[in-house]
Amino acid sequence: MNANINSATKTRIVGGKRLTRKKVVDKSLYMAVLIAVSIGIIVLSTLLIDITLSGIHKLSPNIIFNYPSGDPNEAGMRPAILGSIWVVSLAIMIALPLGIVTGLYLSEFSRQSIIRNLIIFNLTNLAGVPSVIFGLVGLGFLSYTLGLGRTIIVGGITLAFLILPLTTVATIEAVNLVPLSHRWAGYALGATKVQVVFRIVLPQAFPSILTGTILAISRAMGEAAPLLIISGLLFIKRDPSSIFDSFTVMPLQIFNWIGRPQAAFRELSAASIIVMLAILLAMNVVAIYLRGKLQSRVIE
Amino acid sequence: MNSASIISIKRGRRRGVISEKIIENLFLSASVITVLAVLVIIFTLVSESLSFFLQISPREFFLGTQWTAFFEDRSFGVLPLLSGTILTSTIALLFAVPTGVGSAIFLSEYSSERVRRIVKPTLEVLAGIPTVVYGYFALYFITPNLRTFIPDISIFNALSAGLAVGVMILPTVASLSEDAIYAVPQNLKEVAYALGGRKVDAIVRVIIPYALPAILSAIIIAMARVIGETMIVTIAAGLKPSLTLNPFESVMTMTAAIAQAATGDAPHGTVQYSSLFAVGTYLFVIVMILNSMSHLIRLRWSIKL
Repeated sequence: MNANINSATKTRIVGGKRLTRKKVVDKSLYMAVLIAVSIGIIVLSTLLIDITLSGIHKLSPNIIFNYPSGDPNEAGMRPAILGSIWVVSLAIMIALPLGIVTGLYLSEFSRQSIIRNLIIFNLTNLAGVPSVIFGLVGLGFLSYTLGLGRTIIVGGITLAFLILPLTTVATIEAVNLVPLSHRWAGYALGATKVQVVFRIVLPQAFPSILTGTILAISRAMGEAAPLLIISGLLFIKRDPSSIFDSFTVMPLQIFNWIGRPQAAFRELSAASIIVMLAILLAMNVVAIYLRGKLQSRVIE
Repeated sequence: MNSASIISIKRGRRRGVISEKIIENLFLSASVITVLAVLVIIFTLVSESLSFFLQISPREFFLGTQWTAFFEDRSFGVLPLLSGTILTSTIALLFAVPTGVGSAIFLSEYSSERVRRIVKPTLEVLAGIPTVVYGYFALYFITPNLRTFIPDISIFNALSAGLAVGVMILPTVASLSEDAIYAVPQNLKEVAYALGGRKVDAIVRVIIPYALPAILSAIIIAMARVIGETMIVTIAAGLKPSLTLNPFESVMTMTAAIAQAATGDAPHGTVQYSSLFAVGTYLFVIVMILNSMSHLIRLRWSIKL
């Protein structure tokens, strides 16, 4: 009897212990993943706070309107901002139409075929190529083999192919969201395939394509490695005036300032980073706003 | 009636059949530009590398232990660059894989929808930050802080560059792993709970084993991206080619060697210029192998289902 009670209590205790241990393991896994997710958020806030604190007192209109200079109090990145605008506009003027056409071909026109698979295969490969390789090929093929020089047009074309997978995938995803019934309605009214694509599918998909495009633009804006290779690290003190000009861009000007030993240039680079991040943020806000606005118009 | 047959009926009736065909072919030819781009990339890399290997023996390049492309006594051994790349990438992945996969588990299994809707976009902001910013962060924040713990560490060192690259790649690992975990069928998770398992049992015994191939493929994709990262390592790792696996020392990665040479001292036509393409081709081949591996793992896995 006594033994019986004892053994029963023992099992309960043992069972209780096992339950507690499991509970501990369960809780510690929760703690572990909580810590993991906090690390990312803490690092992001630390980065933003550190840059803001280092750069805020150097922030002035000089950074936007002045030319680079040896004096960190006067120096600005006007040619770099203009260079970014030139190169990225050129890139988007190539990558957007090409991406839309390729996306429409893949999702609306092509049937299962070798050519279709070949295009998809190459698009995936293009997306996987490191950006520095794009720079090398831009330099080797466009600058020297085609003789275009280390100019804005080479930078623009190179970035265009870098972001082409983004604009293409944005188009495919946007087009897939257009309900099949809308296409059938078009065909039922006697429209041809091209008419359906241009009058029904594309207008409805456009807001979503636009959002994808703005994300591609911000990617292109921040890209430094390929342009470093194409343009070299230049000290440019005038505005670019044609696509055959040499150039620098915002991230490269910042890279140049980060590399200088004086503390004042370090602060200047932090301030320029604030300006660049503000521009990128503004673009993303515009993307969200445009999407909302255009979407409501389409629904009407 | 499917859409294809509707079109063929319309085609027969319409006069615009020819122009329809023309437009479709225009679309096709524009799409083929993608294929051309890849061909141009391969052609340029290979032809410039060939002109390099006509002057420098492959033996010196692949097995040489010194990279002194711009010294008088020049030597083109790629091994120090390879070790620099391996060192910084390993550090980056050691940071990004546990935090990334952990974040994915938190977001998919623990967090409420409200928390998720705030945390996920916040993590994605990290992916949108330009890499020069991470370079700045590595050099002016991570390194000084590491120095308080490790006084001997070089100003430019593999550790802080690797950590910054890890932060950069973290959202990629997190979001790809999250996709992998989402693909685990709900009923399998429920089976774990029905057998009296706790959350930890469901995660460790069901979700992770099931999602492992996809997580592995995500990690390999992250590895390919990390190896190709240029600006962070150029700014923070030190541009000093040395055959070392000590994370506290300065190293030069393959990408940093390409970037450094491009800043002006490798005029077109010189052997230094074509050495960039040899390094670039090597890098390209490694990255393509990794990308195909990741693709194959996913392919095998989806067939198994």
